[in-house]
Amino acid sequence: MFGQGLTQQNKTAQRVLLYIGERWSAFFLLLMLVVFSLGAPNFFAFKNFTNILYFSTTYALLAAGETFVIITGGIDLSVGFVMGFVNVSSAIIMRNLHAAGHPEAVSMLIGAAVGLALGVIPGLINGLLVARLRVPPFIATLGMYGIANGVALNLCEGFPIYFLPPRAREIGNGFLAYLVPGKGFSFFHRPQNLDAGDLRALTGILPTTVIVTVVILIIFAFILGRTKFGRHTYAIGGSMDAAIRAGINVPGHLVRIYIISSMFAAVAGVLYVFRAGIGNFTTMSSSYELFAIASVVIGGASLMGGKGTIGGTVIGILILMTLQTGLNITGIPSFYRYIATGLILITAVVIDQLTPERRTISA
Amino acid sequence: MENPMLEVRSLTKRFGGLVAVDQMDMQVYPGEVVGLLGDNGAGKSTLIKMVSGVYHPDGGQIFFQGKEVKMVSPMDALELGIETLYQDLALAENLDAYSNIFLGREKTKPFLGFIKVLDHEFMQEESKKVLNRLEIEIPSLHNQIKTLSGGQRQAVAIGRSIYWNAKLLIMDEPTAALGVHEQRKVLDLVRLLRSQNIPIIVISHQLYDIFSVTDRLVIMRRGKKVAERITKDTTPEEVVGLITGSEEVERNNRPG
Amino acid sequence: MPDAPLGGNVKNSGRIGLWLGRNWVLLFLLLEVVAFSALGTRFLTLENIQNIFVACTVVLLLGMGETFVIITGGIDLSVGFVMGFGAVICAKFMVILQAAGLPQGASIPLAALICLLIGLIPGWVNGTLVARLKVPPFLATFGMYGIAYGFSEIISKNTPISGLPHAAGVIGNEYLLYIVPQKMVSFLVRPQNITRLEMRSMLAIIPIIVVIAFIFVGVFSFLLRRTRFGRHTYAIGGSMDSALRAGVNVTAHLTIIYMISSFFASLSGVLYVLKYVTGRADAGSARMLDAVVAVVIGGASLYGGTGTVKGTIIGALIIATLETGMVNLSIPYHNRYIVIGGILVFAVVIDQFFPELIGRRD
Repeated sequence: MFGQGLTQQNKTAQRVLLYIGERWSAFFLLLMLVVFSLGAPNFFAFKNFTNILYFSTTYALLAAGETFVIITGGIDLSVGFVMGFVNVSSAIIMRNLHAAGHPEAVSMLIGAAVGLALGVIPGLINGLLVARLRVPPFIATLGMYGIANGVALNLCEGFPIYFLPPRAREIGNGFLAYLVPGKGFSFFHRPQNLDAGDLRALTGILPTTVIVTVVILIIFAFILGRTKFGRHTYAIGGSMDAAIRAGINVPGHLVRIYIISSMFAAVAGVLYVFRAGIGNFTTMSSSYELFAIASVVIGGASLMGGKGTIGGTVIGILILMTLQTGLNITGIPSFYRYIATGLILITAVVIDQLTPERRTISA
Repeated sequence: MENPMLEVRSLTKRFGGLVAVDQMDMQVYPGEVVGLLGDNGAGKSTLIKMVSGVYHPDGGQIFFQGKEVKMVSPMDALELGIETLYQDLALAENLDAYSNIFLGREKTKPFLGFIKVLDHEFMQEESKKVLNRLEIEIPSLHNQIKTLSGGQRQAVAIGRSIYWNAKLLIMDEPTAALGVHEQRKVLDLVRLLRSQNIPIIVISHQLYDIFSVTDRLVIMRRGKKVAERITKDTTPEEVVGLITGSEEVERNNRPG
Repeated sequence: MPDAPLGGNVKNSGRIGLWLGRNWVLLFLLLEVVAFSALGTRFLTLENIQNIFVACTVVLLLGMGETFVIITGGIDLSVGFVMGFGAVICAKFMVILQAAGLPQGASIPLAALICLLIGLIPGWVNGTLVARLKVPPFLATFGMYGIAYGFSEIISKNTPISGLPHAAGVIGNEYLLYIVPQKMVSFLVRPQNITRLEMRSMLAIIPIIVVIAFIFVGVFSFLLRRTRFGRHTYAIGGSMDSALRAGVNVTAHLTIIYMISSFFASLSGVLYVLKYVTGRADAGSARMLDAVVAVVIGGASLYGGTGTVKGTIIGALIIATLETGMVNLSIPYHNRYIVIGGILVFAVVIDQFFPELIGRRD
């Protein structure tokens, strides 16, 4: 058995296995990228990777918020619908302000601001239910899921919201920089005076929505990894009782955590409006939060709490998005991705169980 | 000299790099009460969990009634007649008292000729009888035991361990949550069982209890057996010294 | 020191309060019925009440499986798509068997049986993952959710299956008993050859689907309440470790529990096929979380150890009554989410603040 007279080779082999086991999701992502690049003609392309990042943003935001919640040992099932609810609300405001004749910038700004502000409410309620009324997070957020769903549907009656300020869509689909090879380069705005040939060669570098998302993720990864707030989050997940006895204001902290989660959902909702140019809401979107949760777990968190990182979550998202895009490109029917996702998820947990505990939370 | 009811030879258990029980030898003879002593972390609970089938030994052998036994699960131990009262009681909080006493071995009666249904009346009657033996007041057999006090729960756990006609009884801190009067009842019970030739292993920190009911003491430290004594030939001071290690001298005193 | 016994000293008014508190779900249901009858039209008719029962069968059956799982402290997120999987398999086999020349009387039951047997597989996988590989139930069943959905889509090639034997729809939509007043009583067969007037006064009693569903509910309720198996289920939920040490074979037991859950999910799929005469992969997707809601409203705790079939039945009826009533009053459907979300949270908060309501069974 372990520890009894191992040869030098065995020890090294063990160490390598351990290294891989702890970082398996990163390795798996790499493997997937390689396999798909070899197997599909268009995969290893700048445009494709940009697409993957682009579509990942919504899920990444939801999953990032979810990471905080899951680390404390809880769960937030309402994020998909909070995103929808905020999406619809800010779209309505933008539309109404725009129709009333206010300048576009103002309507967009106010719409976005109100949307974000509204995003606080579900999180606050969830947090109070969990922290003060001691409702199990699954139930509390499930209830909120239903309520957000109902309210959003009431607001939009199932129809998308049109007639938003047109600039919104432009901003949402904008890039950080534009490049026409050999011709011109500009920031934030599409270069003017392009002929047909130039337009075709125009490439966008770094979509703005991706940048916004990345910035937010970096900030919160910092908060989680390096601040007292982050450390307390892990502590509560490790042992709520110990955290309480150490003097941490656990109920207050939990409320803040759930607000963070619904704020992330709100940001995702607002970004959606900017990207799509409309407000939209679909009822059957429980795939959003379950997808987000799956990514967090694949990324290394445990549903029991106490473990997980934003970086890991991002890798989880990328794995699932790469999978989906890869399957699309290679023409494999999309429902295989459900099977694949399920298998990857289960593998993630089993590997996690088998890998012996060694990590401590490093700064 | 008759054969021991229970014998463990070189019994070992490791958890990762930690050796919790290290080549332990021990015998328990019919009709004797053996006190298993040691400080926290000495390995007592781990040792008895191997005997009760909860843990699988990493080395060594267990003999029961002269024959070697390999226990894969707690049910194996229970079927052999080894009953255990665990330190944390091992009760199901959401079930009532009589369900706990019969947990895993519920009595059934036939329904419509062939379906086995729970026989609640029987289990309640029997539970009342065994709890009366302990003379501990339980307000109602029907309530979930999470509504009971610590002492009442202990009574339920003790009731379970004595109900099943054990051939070997293991008790880990049996008097921990009890008041003085109840503690005495438990000690009387232990003596009663001994008079019925049932061997008992008692783990306890209460030296008074140890000295009043045991015949022999086995002392463990850091997973190993460090001493055995005949209770009436030793003193509390010596025992404490052996537990903590300030007395290094080992006089082997096996019962003849 | 013995606790002061509560049972004997509570006055009668307190006793009533206790009863009210503990059975608040039932009262809520009655309240719903009264409210909708008063506000709506033709709510409290035989036909409508039976509609409610038909409407609740999906949630009820999925909820039955969930009840067992939730009592053990787990959860099964795969039931929605296992139901779809079952529906697809059942429909597929009905078509195949019929094409192979079997008469309807044989192809339908046979297809149903095959479906139920195959439907045990997802449960077995879930159970093994949870019990042997120690995968948290949330994740194991969530993984299975995806896998079941994928397989269902593959088998059905993403389109609803058609071409089923006609008799399937008959079973699925007909009633046990028909009474034309003063004329005739007929079992299982809808009377033909009757005048318009007589048809309007005809009473149709107990939809066959409801009968089938409740037979299984009854059997498994018995299992849970009165057998050792049921008792061990509660024990595992209370403390898996204690159950283990008392000799319960927890691994095998949990595997069976998850198989029961997928059994009910596939049964629900079979009934879906009988009702709608088609099989589709997304048959159960909308109802998945409703099942959990019904079980929790009915009194179970997600931490395990509590829960009853009776509670789940009432929970399912509450949801079905609400939906039927809202349709009756022409309230837009999406508001049901708000109400049910509210009831759900209320149910849990009550359980938190009045734990003594759960603790006693006198």
